[in-house]
Amino acid sequence: MNSPILLQPDETFILNVGPQHPATHGVLRVKMEMHGEYIVNAETVIGYIHRMHEKMGELKTYPQFLMNLSRMDYLGALGYSHGHVLLVEKASGIVVPERAEYIRAIMVELNRIASHLFWFGAFVMDLGGFSPLMYALQDREHILDMLEAVTGSRLTYCYFRFGGLCNDVDDDFITAARLFIPRMRKSMKKYHNLVTGNIIFRKRLEGIAPLSKEMCRKYGASSAVARGSGINFDVRKNEPYSVYPEFDFDVPVYHECDSLARYMVRMDEIEQSLRIVEQGLDKLPGGPIMPDKKPKLIKPPVGDYYQAVETARGSFGIRLVSDGGKNPYRLKLRSPTYSNMHLFDEACRGMMIMDALAFMGSLDLVIPEIDR
Amino acid sequence: MVAYFTEIFTGLMSLFIGMGITFKEFFKPTVTVSYPYETLTMSARYRGHIELVEDEEGNPQCVVCGLCEKACPSDCISLAGEKPEGGKKKVLTKYMLDFTKCSLCGSCVESCSFGAINFSKDYNLASTRKEDFYFDLLKRLEERNK
Amino acid sequence: MQLTLFNVIVAVVLAIAFAALNAAYLVWAERRGAARIQRRPGPNINGPFGLLQPPLDGIKLMAKQLTIPGGADKIMFITAPVLAMFPAIMSFVTIPFSDSIVAKNMNVGILMIFAFASMGSMSLLFAGWSSRNKYSMMSSVRAVSQAVAYEIPMLITAITVVMIAGSTDLTEIVHQQSRSILHWNIFPLLGNSHNILMPFSFLIFFICTLAETNRAPFDLGEAESELVAGFHTEYGSMGFGLFFMGEYANIVIGSCMTTILFLGGWGCPFGLLPGVWWFILKLYLLIATFIWIRWTFPRTTIYGLLNLSWKILIPLSLFNLLFTAGLIKVF
Repeated sequence: MNSPILLQPDETFILNVGPQHPATHGVLRVKMEMHGEYIVNAETVIGYIHRMHEKMGELKTYPQFLMNLSRMDYLGALGYSHGHVLLVEKASGIVVPERAEYIRAIMVELNRIASHLFWFGAFVMDLGGFSPLMYALQDREHILDMLEAVTGSRLTYCYFRFGGLCNDVDDDFITAARLFIPRMRKSMKKYHNLVTGNIIFRKRLEGIAPLSKEMCRKYGASSAVARGSGINFDVRKNEPYSVYPEFDFDVPVYHECDSLARYMVRMDEIEQSLRIVEQGLDKLPGGPIMPDKKPKLIKPPVGDYYQAVETARGSFGIRLVSDGGKNPYRLKLRSPTYSNMHLFDEACRGMMIMDALAFMGSLDLVIPEIDR
Repeated sequence: MVAYFTEIFTGLMSLFIGMGITFKEFFKPTVTVSYPYETLTMSARYRGHIELVEDEEGNPQCVVCGLCEKACPSDCISLAGEKPEGGKKKVLTKYMLDFTKCSLCGSCVESCSFGAINFSKDYNLASTRKEDFYFDLLKRLEERNK
Repeated sequence: MQLTLFNVIVAVVLAIAFAALNAAYLVWAERRGAARIQRRPGPNINGPFGLLQPPLDGIKLMAKQLTIPGGADKIMFITAPVLAMFPAIMSFVTIPFSDSIVAKNMNVGILMIFAFASMGSMSLLFAGWSSRNKYSMMSSVRAVSQAVAYEIPMLITAITVVMIAGSTDLTEIVHQQSRSILHWNIFPLLGNSHNILMPFSFLIFFICTLAETNRAPFDLGEAESELVAGFHTEYGSMGFGLFFMGEYANIVIGSCMTTILFLGGWGCPFGLLPGVWWFILKLYLLIATFIWIRWTFPRTTIYGLLNLSWKILIPLSLFNLLFTAGLIKVF
């Protein structure tokens, strides 16, 4: 299937998988050159939802930019805010109280579970099974209710501040989170029975779209795309930040390189996030959530700073070049999905279109994050 | 040969297990809230659009310092005030919120050190005209007080 | 019943009414069933329990404009939905609902029903070809290859049952199973076949019915192909409505056949009061299983589907046929 075929110009036709998708990926255009059912060439066209976040980073002051990070990837928003907040605190030398660090870690992990649940539902729906989407969204509602009770928003949170958090968590949240963990574990067993063990599902995914380690390295892929191909890289373990060294969790790595491996990596990540939330709730210290001495105006000294965090989509990097003023001189957002997506162009040559779309689902693309 | 038959058998079993799960889910209660026939109460920290907070006499506590206007990332707030004769503090005459641009980030609420604005719990704001979302918060305060 | 003009007209009208009512209200049942599986209410606003939803949907569909794409082959375009609905309604003529309720009992009943079922796949081809749309054409090609591949195990399994019963007359087949529940063709022991593999025959026939009617998990023709398109993309309003109704009518026919061949037709499990109500009960239990399966499983790939038929179902059903033939000869 992957051998080069010499085709006459009129033997192939161009199929435009247009900006409007029936699947929940976002506005992505893929120009596929097809020979019958097989894809000869594919070219992804992005930019339909470019909103100039990096330019806004230069025009807005540091506290004003906090809300932009949630709009980049709205499904796993807190991870991105975490990266930004850590970067500015590193640059300005603000010390975060320990309680705030623990609460941040708990919130980010809950958000990661919510993002993976949504990916799971959308992925199985792409393949044709409509019911697991509803079950996954129902579980996700519990997380969103918990997060709404604390932060006030369901999806685009503006919860982290430079130095800590804007609201403290109360006992209701802790009780709800402790109730949620065994419930989620039971649901995961249900999903594994309903979807992972299902022979139709396995036939759809086993052996499809193998991505070798070299290809992942070439494109800079991260998160489940890389870990499903055997590359053991997780920013939380390799370049630890915040309070993650205190937690005991594993990084799931599978070596089969196919779509099923990527799927299993994400399902196992949900379980590991549950472990982190459990440990965080056990270790949660008392104390303030904002430092006593916080500068009124955030003006990091001149320099070049970088911070990477592990979000639900991959390794998100944010770079700040500061010239000492109220606004950054340059704020660069390194989007993990951008690197993950460009694998699609090369890897889908010779695949059938159904398999290519299942492959796209397993990459977990969120287009607003690519276009920023 | 044996693998052929074991694959068929395990495949068939997995299908029956899956069907068993959906069968159990069939008998569980629905989780949908039939809006608008039933509504949910919003949590205490829910972020609706901002509202002016009044003091005991029903006047807004805002002293027109302008910090909320400067803190807003999206230029939604515009306010004006005037000093009455014989008075020390400024009195609020106009407080307009352009909700079409507001992102509910909370910078205005946090930057106010007088506790003059707070989030409301208003969530059903559907309308067909853009002008309905240019809130005149002072007028809304007066209507609440009536 | 004597063959007067009045009887014939009544039979035809009743058959069409049964088919149309089933097609309309099976949509309602499917939407409510799917919703309950997904823990949401389903249509419940129009009428009590949403029962007025199908007529209102029908009115909406009729009010829409029937567009024909420019350059499309007009005659084939208009014939295709009619051809989808027509065999299903005609098959109702010969299905026995009970000892006395049958429009026209033929002694080649099975053959006639399968002949009409094969005609149904022509409508897929007509629709895809005449739409002058690349994606419709490709999806109808897939759907036709699926229909052809799954007719074969279906026929082989039906022949197994015919061998056991000794006749192709549908009423005769049911009478052979009517001694008790253990004589139904699905249960192997006391039945005429003494063949222990009969439940697998039932399973093969059931899977083939799912595939013939383009139901999930085998619904490549309508749901996914080329993202949302399908062989009925270019059809609006009643053209689409007729395809939809034809699909549900086919489901009813497939379930009727399964009931008659394997589940004892109108016989009662306990041997009391045989009659049409048992037939209806078994019919709707099977249809409920169709709906249940659709909302549980994802879709197969086209090659998975064809592999399942050619590499698994056909060898197994051929083996079963030879085994049954051997056992009938011996016992």
